[in-house]
Amino acid sequence: MALEQPPKKQIPTSKRIKRIAIALAVVAIYIWTFASINIDFGRVIERASANFSRVLPRLFSPNWDMAGEVIEMMIETIFIAYVGSLAAAILAIPLGFLAAHNITNSRIITTIGKWILSAVRAFPEIILAILFVVVVGPTPFAGILAIAIGSTGMLGKLYSEVLESIDMNVVEAMKANGSNGLQIMFHGIFPQIIPEFLSYAIYRFEVDVRASTILGYVGAGGIGTMIFFAQSSRNWSDMGMILLVIIVVVTIIDYTSSYIRKRIV
Amino acid sequence: MIQFKDLSLVYPNGTQGLKDVNVTINDGEFVVIVGLSGAGKSTFIRSINRLVTPTDGELLIDDEDILGYKGSKLRSLRTKVGMIFQNYNLVKRSSVFKNVLAGRLGHTGTFRSIFNLFSKEDKALAYQNLKRVNIEEKLYNRADQLSGGQQQRVSIARVLTQKPDYILADEPVASLDPPTSHQVMKYLKKINQEDGITTIVNLHFIDMAMEYADRIIGMRAGEVVFDGPVSEVSEETFEEIYGRSIREDDLRGSVEEDGEANE
Amino acid sequence: MKKMVKQMNKPSIQEDRYAPMLSPWRVKGKITLIFFLIIGLLFFSSMQTGVDLQALISGLSNMNQIFVKLFPPDPGIVNLAMDRLIETIHMAIIASTFATIVVIPVSLLAARNLATNLFVYNITRFILNILRTIPDVVLAVIFVGLFGIGVFGGIVALFVFSLGILAKLISETVESIDMDSFEAMRASGASSVQAIAFAVVPQVLPQFTSFSLYVFEINIRASVVIGLVGAGGIGNLLMQQFSFYNYDAVMMIILIIFAVVVVIEYISGKIREAII
Repeated sequence: MALEQPPKKQIPTSKRIKRIAIALAVVAIYIWTFASINIDFGRVIERASANFSRVLPRLFSPNWDMAGEVIEMMIETIFIAYVGSLAAAILAIPLGFLAAHNITNSRIITTIGKWILSAVRAFPEIILAILFVVVVGPTPFAGILAIAIGSTGMLGKLYSEVLESIDMNVVEAMKANGSNGLQIMFHGIFPQIIPEFLSYAIYRFEVDVRASTILGYVGAGGIGTMIFFAQSSRNWSDMGMILLVIIVVVTIIDYTSSYIRKRIV
Repeated sequence: MIQFKDLSLVYPNGTQGLKDVNVTINDGEFVVIVGLSGAGKSTFIRSINRLVTPTDGELLIDDEDILGYKGSKLRSLRTKVGMIFQNYNLVKRSSVFKNVLAGRLGHTGTFRSIFNLFSKEDKALAYQNLKRVNIEEKLYNRADQLSGGQQQRVSIARVLTQKPDYILADEPVASLDPPTSHQVMKYLKKINQEDGITTIVNLHFIDMAMEYADRIIGMRAGEVVFDGPVSEVSEETFEEIYGRSIREDDLRGSVEEDGEANE
Repeated sequence: MKKMVKQMNKPSIQEDRYAPMLSPWRVKGKITLIFFLIIGLLFFSSMQTGVDLQALISGLSNMNQIFVKLFPPDPGIVNLAMDRLIETIHMAIIASTFATIVVIPVSLLAARNLATNLFVYNITRFILNILRTIPDVVLAVIFVGLFGIGVFGGIVALFVFSLGILAKLISETVESIDMDSFEAMRASGASSVQAIAFAVVPQVLPQFTSFSLYVFEINIRASVVIGLVGAGGIGNLLMQQFSFYNYDAVMMIILIIFAVVVVIEYISGKIREAII
């Protein structure tokens, strides 16, 4: 059967070159990665064969005697997250306004505002916690500061996006009828943004609980402290208990938070 | 040959899709099934390629009961029975050519098809079929760049590339305007006549049914209430099938506007 | 004129009496209650964590300590830090790569519209939900415990961590696709694998690529963090210097991490914009 073959697809040369360049770059990155990564598989296998039977069974049989203590520390973790995210939820409001281009007329200020917010977001919370442990000492307060600063970065960005999406007609109408800045703020802008702001703040609390669980590892309070001790004493059934409490509490908080957020928006 | 023998289908929610249907469709026929929406036309058609599974009776295709088919047996039945949908069901982000080649999937090994290793013959066949529906110049366009009528023609090319013995078309023109509707129906009719592929089409437009069908089957509430050649059909027949008098929106409208084959 | 307008728009007190209240007292009561709840919880939490206004003020006045203790950053650590940083990036690349490969079958199992077996679907979902509640550091602690201190445990931890996130994102994308073309493939006799390759893959590919890059960004951060618990890379170095109280070196490492995270997120963000 001699049927006519379809014409070949025409791909512009520039596109072809671009594709080849991307492919080469990707291949180069992988060669670089796998050639220089240093994994001693012999030791990994030796460790794994020795550890699997020692670690896993105990991890899955949590030490219930520790339950009280673990829960107490988990509550401290939640408090750290709570104070931190509440502080961030408030701190982020002025920053959000500064970074929103429809509210702040100066391009320089909005750019600087956005830059600060994204700079803050580039620090993982636990790195911030290290900084604050150095400054204020190994206390839950360092953890709160780390959470507060870290969350301000993200909330400020989300807030400014909410602000940029509001209906400016209302604001214009109020300007036209002679309302002053504060009046516009309270009657024109706030009603439009409060549900979203609240919803994001609650969402951030959810994220912060997760983040706070590990801050104690560098001394910034909460259940992370116990993770540190369980690791250094190789007490895997304690670790199992900690893990169980984290999973249960985080799940509960996630569900509650998403339920509340659904009702708000 | 397709034979429905006392075929019934009750959906899990209790709806009766088909009720004691007894129909024989001979090779090469162009059958149009008419009825109001919910009358069971879709269930009738989808039983034939087992997109739905009848709950009672027998359904013979080429003298084999297909109701128990599973796995590879079911897949080989489906390669033999092509289907055209109301919403064209193309992969919108893929090219026209890739969409048409997808018709060969049932004939191609899984490994080869995943890596796009279709044979030269398959590619030529796909191109040939695009030419048959006059849309070969859109070969490398993305499917979502095409108009509705063009997309339906691509889906006809896809079905042809499948090399089926039977074509099922489920409301193929319901989303199209009158001139394009006639164009699509003409392609279906032409293929039926030239290739001798048995074609079963669901329509709710009376005038189109009369114009293109050899034989009309009328359905109401899951039952076949009329079955006969077009010559026996009159307006009263439709009123009987629909259970009410004929209205304006039961008609698709004139073919006269349809001058050009390309748009 | 302006004054006139202002006056006209301000309702007089008499008018106001007949106007409906903006928020009825029940709503107001509710808001007040929530407000006090939030404040009460705040005080309680502050007490529990030993933070009060005094601590805050003394803490803030301690902020100048940052400069005393952390500055100037120690440039002597840069060479070593760069070596370990590259290790960190390699860990993130390897973990992200394996996660993007393994996520394909996993996300198909966890997508409701493709699930043929509801039991498998529910189990997959359940495991993924639990996985996502475990912080990256905790995973690292466990896998370092299993495979010993070093890069390998870190890569496994990152892989598991990012798999959880990616599987959720991708399975949600799969659930949002147009199933019509999938039905057409099935009706033409294609096998499930073929139908997925031809109808599902083209629809999710752009998001898939974008999410994979996004997960790479997440993994860069996470790979820094998990180093703290012994999983190799720059985080490991940071933790060492931290426990030796070498705060100048700590600051230098943090600055390097900051620069790398910013640069990689910028590049990855640009690529993602170009894709979608």
